[in-house]
Amino acid sequence: MIVNRLDVSDLLGTLEAKLKQAIVERQLTDPLMIGIRTGGVWVAEKMHQRLAIKQPLGLLDISFYRDDFSQIGVNPNVKPSELPVQIEGRNIILIDDVFYTGRTIRAALNEIFDYGRPKQVLLAVLIERDGKQIPISPDCVGASIALDAGQRIKLIGPEPLAIEIQTVDVAA
Amino acid sequence: MSDNLQLNSEGKLKHFLTIEGLDKQLLIEILDLAESFVGMTDGRIKKIPLLRGKSIVNLFFENSTRTRTTFELAAKRLSADVLSMSIATSSTSKGESLLDTIRNLEAMYVDMFVVRHGISGAAHFIAQHAASHISVINAGDGQHAHPTQAMLDMFTIRQIKQDFSQLRVAIVGDILHSRVARSNIQALNTLGVAEVRVIAPKTLLPAQVETMGVTVSHSLADGLKDIDVIIMLRLQKERMTAALLPSENEYFKCFGLTEARLKIAKPDAIVMHPGPINRGVEIDSIVADGPQSVILKQVSNGIAIRMAIMAMAMQKQGSM
Repeated sequence: MIVNRLDVSDLLGTLEAKLKQAIVERQLTDPLMIGIRTGGVWVAEKMHQRLAIKQPLGLLDISFYRDDFSQIGVNPNVKPSELPVQIEGRNIILIDDVFYTGRTIRAALNEIFDYGRPKQVLLAVLIERDGKQIPISPDCVGASIALDAGQRIKLIGPEPLAIEIQTVDVAA
Repeated sequence: MSDNLQLNSEGKLKHFLTIEGLDKQLLIEILDLAESFVGMTDGRIKKIPLLRGKSIVNLFFENSTRTRTTFELAAKRLSADVLSMSIATSSTSKGESLLDTIRNLEAMYVDMFVVRHGISGAAHFIAQHAASHISVINAGDGQHAHPTQAMLDMFTIRQIKQDFSQLRVAIVGDILHSRVARSNIQALNTLGVAEVRVIAPKTLLPAQVETMGVTVSHSLADGLKDIDVIIMLRLQKERMTAALLPSENEYFKCFGLTEARLKIAKPDAIVMHPGPINRGVEIDSIVADGPQSVILKQVSNGIAIRMAIMAMAMQKQGSM
């Protein structure tokens, strides 16, 4: 197996710039930023600080909302979601590390809507790879990447953050 | 009775029938998962979609308000469809009518049975004979086991005392007839407490009770020394008629938990009771409602622990 590591500082810079622009364009006043555990929270912590978001950072654990529960079961170390303020009528910036099939975001949106009806939800991810399976797409991305089906991508963290791409070596 | 019946081919929980044969890691996993549900039930979300589309039938051949209600609430909070049936047992041909009931419910595409039955081994029997996709949870069978009660007791103890390894736990009362006692003794020993002590008159102890991994005392005055956790058992009134005890008053005099006796235990000892309590028989009202009592906490925790057990028993079974 070949493992490539990518530095994320450029990606974080790009994501920050795109988020700044989107906040203005979409008029996301006084937004609540929510990171999806675990990698999404690491990215959200950076963005929360860089964009000087006033509301405390929200944390979302989507384990109980996954659609593959009957196949893979539930992780016994689920941490509770922490949404510090009312969701009802609020502008939300939802952050994840990697966007792939879209299923995590589907689960996250379902959970968020169980707390209330937000005014807007904007989705920002550090890196997007091809292979989406449902009609959900990120609004802001740090970078997009095309990978083969056998390749896996994940965020390593929390400090320092790095993107790791695993490639199964067919020659081996 | 086979204990492997409880686990599927991958060692995951399939049925939850008894604590016996389950290892420490699995019990801890149940406690950890329940912990995450406690956060949820306190919070702004009451329901999660984990078991949506699953059908759970509570089969109660024996009455129980608390256990049935908490199982029902737990199933509903997991978004399962739940149906509670109270079935009076006829004294004849129980085996046959029980199987017939099961076959009929299976034909309605049920995914899980929660069973309470007055006969020991009833839940095992159903687990052995039910269709392979069905999970069975024992909600109390005869004098055999009440494993979800034991797990909610373990959960409550861990919540307050954190670490099991230093704890001395006393179980007081009718050990002989108590499925709660049996399951609690197994759970406490699996989780590795320092000591499980049973305190009871000789007539209410099973023969060779020491082989269950307990120490024995016949008096509260001696038995409560150094104790961190006191689990009181309900004295079933029918025991009087069996001439095992002289009278309720006499029992309270010797084995009732009073304020004065509670002082013999450690100052931060907690008092537990599976309910329903007989005030003035096994426990004084002042103690039951006092600051060291965690009896109502046990009831609340019953929902989270039952959610955890139902979720674990239903996982990975669906498409495999």
